[in-house]
Amino acid sequence: MSQLKIKSSIAISETGFLFMPNTGDSFSVNPIGVEIIDLLRQGKSEKEVKKTILSKYEIDDATLEKDYDDFLNQLKQHNVADTDEN
Amino acid sequence: MAKLRYERPVIKKLNTNFTNKYGTKTEYSPVTHIEGVAVKDLISKYGSPLFVISETHIRNTYKNALRAFRTRYPKVQFAWSYKTNYINAVCNVFHQEGSWGEVVSGFEYRKALNNGVPPDKIIFNGPDKTDEDLIAAITNGSRIHIDHLDELYRIIELTDELKMRPKVAIRVNMNTGIYPMWDRFGFNYENGQAWEAIIKILASDRMDLVGLHCHIGTFMLSSNAYAVAASKLADLALGIKIKFNKNIQYLDMGGGFASTNTLHGSFLPGKDTSPTFDEYAEAISTAILQSGFPPNELPLLILETGRALIDEAGYLLGSVISNKRLSDGRRATIMDFGVNILFTAFWYSHKISPAQEFSHYTEDSVIYGPLCMNIDVIRESCTLPPMKRGDHVVVHTVGAYNMTQWMQFIAMRPSVVMIDTKGEVHQIRDKETLEYLEQKEMMPQYLKKFTL
Repeated sequence: MSQLKIKSSIAISETGFLFMPNTGDSFSVNPIGVEIIDLLRQGKSEKEVKKTILSKYEIDDATLEKDYDDFLNQLKQHNVADTDEN
Repeated sequence: MAKLRYERPVIKKLNTNFTNKYGTKTEYSPVTHIEGVAVKDLISKYGSPLFVISETHIRNTYKNALRAFRTRYPKVQFAWSYKTNYINAVCNVFHQEGSWGEVVSGFEYRKALNNGVPPDKIIFNGPDKTDEDLIAAITNGSRIHIDHLDELYRIIELTDELKMRPKVAIRVNMNTGIYPMWDRFGFNYENGQAWEAIIKILASDRMDLVGLHCHIGTFMLSSNAYAVAASKLADLALGIKIKFNKNIQYLDMGGGFASTNTLHGSFLPGKDTSPTFDEYAEAISTAILQSGFPPNELPLLILETGRALIDEAGYLLGSVISNKRLSDGRRATIMDFGVNILFTAFWYSHKISPAQEFSHYTEDSVIYGPLCMNIDVIRESCTLPPMKRGDHVVVHTVGAYNMTQWMQFIAMRPSVVMIDTKGEVHQIRDKETLEYLEQKEMMPQYLKKFTL
């Protein structure tokens, strides 16, 4: 999967409330989801994000791989993230 | 440093609609223990999936039902409906509480006898009683509830052969204002069939007409229908008294009381829509008491309640096999239990709880069973926290009909345990094996070998 870029216009609070000003849509994101979005916004690569999560949480590579891909697909489907074409 | 507990990353769109005045309670409060026994311990010892029955719950529910009727009517007798759950240990809890047995087939009848129920305290219902069944019931002095005229004439023939007077009742069907009307069983009240059957029995003088029976439907959400039914049965009994000077010993109101399960398509949860035992008792007792029986000739009131007595005492424990995303973006969770052992998923939206602690984030998910069949859907939509492979769930209110209507199909039937009133766990049925399954198969000699 090519690197996804979180849209710069979104606002996300520490508690996981995510707002998209251009559409008015709002979302609820759980703490690990917030952490992944934050890391992606900092420009971290997929590999770096996964490494951070694996070192911090009780989870194996395969499960994280599956959940990460699903989460990023969801971000894309909700227009929270776009494929970085650059 | 110890690692933190992982939870799958989740994003959920927040929808703002009109406020729902009823509100909806989310279902994700974890249920980690049943009657003080840890779900994970039960699964590690007996496997997953696993049916769990709470003896305490059965006894408490039974006592509550008995109280509701006995405080309103002087003579009440429950008869345990074997078809609802005929695992012997379950039946015997009801028998210990004082229930007679109510059976609808020859093997259920023998089960009740084997359990030690006195033959005269077994009610034999149903349209299919073989000669062997009828002879056993007549010889043993059990109560035969006649379903149709062919059965009535056969009993008359058998009494000639056996030179015995059986104790019989007739099943009466009637219009109680409920759709559908269950008129396929018994003799109709409105068109006079029931009265004709009564006259035939009394005129034959070969059997004792001891009772009148009805069973107006199943999962009855209106207690008033029982009041109508009780009035009509009482009317027949009083008619027999007037015309034949004969007292009918009992009125058997059958079963059909709703449990607290939620039917598919129901707007409100079952807990809010199902009548209580007190409401059913009030309707039935008032109708009989006001029907005109002299106080010293009030008939015994028999109840064959099954579902409402056992449903809530049963739990199904299971585990997550996999999570997936469907083509339309919906979440799907595949469990290790399917509709082959949870037959009631076809008409109930069973409550499902996670069996371990979770955060407050939830997702709507379709819950599928493990069968390679498209119909294997446990819940079309269920709000649950993110779960991963191997996590456990508890399905609630599964005690009625699942452990009798279940089938071995693709997956085998699992073990059943009962937690007694002291919190001890007893296995009351072992899970099936291939050897058990193949016991009844025969292989013709010429099919034993093949080459591929």
